[in-house]
Amino acid sequence: MTKIVKILGTGCPKCQSMTGVVKDVIYENNIDATIEKIEDIMEIMKFNVMTTPALVIDDVITIKGRVPSKDEVLALLN
Amino acid sequence: MFDWLQHFADWLIYSVFNIGAETHLGTALNFFVFDTLKILILLFFIVFLMGIINAYFPIERLKGYLNRKKLYGLEYFFSSVFGAITPFCSCSSVPLFIGFVQGGIPLGVTFSFLVTSPLVNEVAVAMFLGMFGIKATLIYAVSGILLGTIGGWLLGKFKLEPLLSDWVKKILDNKMQQGEYEEVKQTFYQRLPGISRGAWDIVKGVLLYVVLGIAIGAAMHGYVPENFFNTYLGGGQWWTVPLAVLVAVPMYANAAGIVPIVQVFVAKGVPLGTAIAFMMATVGLSIPEATLLKKVMSLKLIAIFFGIVTLCIIISGYLFNLVL
Repeated sequence: MTKIVKILGTGCPKCQSMTGVVKDVIYENNIDATIEKIEDIMEIMKFNVMTTPALVIDDVITIKGRVPSKDEVLALLN
Repeated sequence: MFDWLQHFADWLIYSVFNIGAETHLGTALNFFVFDTLKILILLFFIVFLMGIINAYFPIERLKGYLNRKKLYGLEYFFSSVFGAITPFCSCSSVPLFIGFVQGGIPLGVTFSFLVTSPLVNEVAVAMFLGMFGIKATLIYAVSGILLGTIGGWLLGKFKLEPLLSDWVKKILDNKMQQGEYEEVKQTFYQRLPGISRGAWDIVKGVLLYVVLGIAIGAAMHGYVPENFFNTYLGGGQWWTVPLAVLVAVPMYANAAGIVPIVQVFVAKGVPLGTAIAFMMATVGLSIPEATLLKKVMSLKLIAIFFGIVTLCIIISGYLFNLVL
């Protein structure tokens, strides 16, 4: 089943590096997932996170406020 | 502490490049190498330290604490301290702001956080430590925190809730359910690589500003006559502090780039208090920040917020000049 990955962040450097990490992991491991970047603050607040960037996988917030490592993202996606 | 670095700079410039210690170029280059390396080392350590504190800082619990307890005014102070130790990322400021207000924390207390968050940040602290020493750094950090405390308290007196954006008010009305959140707990050693990478990223991000700032500063050192500013700005004219602050408010300068230049101003006769007030207005208030806040507040509220904070900075500028 295709996983829906959402990256919440208003476009700061940290959010961009999180997007990079997630994209790399999905591409390198051929994971069936779609990435959606959510940059609108009103949308972000619907997830009730206080620190960005945040990573949401299938509607569950898995990471907030920091940039994860590739291994971590891989573990979360499997 | 940095003796070895001075030896290295001496060796590099005077021996390796063979530029004489008695030439202008030699001393300027020596100065530049020493300052740049010293600042970068300080910057990395402080950013790294803040990264560790942040990784373990219980934001959610603090939110609950500020909300539940009767703290007799101390809540403004705590919120301000909290703003000082969170890393400044403008994009996190707004979500934190909403999270606070939504959690039932009074608007004034939230403002305390919002004032201090950009004002006292790890980059500014490291730069201050490197360029002005520990005493000025402490003055900067402590007064920044007090400024947030007092500014927030003042803003809290105004009953500003009606001036928030409509959608924020809507959030306040219907309590939102907690988003589903599962985080795999990681040990300190698992997090350490991420923290040091984060610190390195921040240092890399400001590297260019540090180098440019120090280079411009070093060049100015040689060309601006001694006591130049003393003649024009340092003579204790009452209008210098407000002028410095008002010029600085709309400016958006990276703390990393502005501190070395401010240091030259001080060396050439501008009073330290005026310089600190200028710094505070530059990093604390800016047009880009106002643009971000526009999403959660009405223009009127932003104007009141900036107005009060500007006033506080001007007053503290006078205070510094009296005390220092």
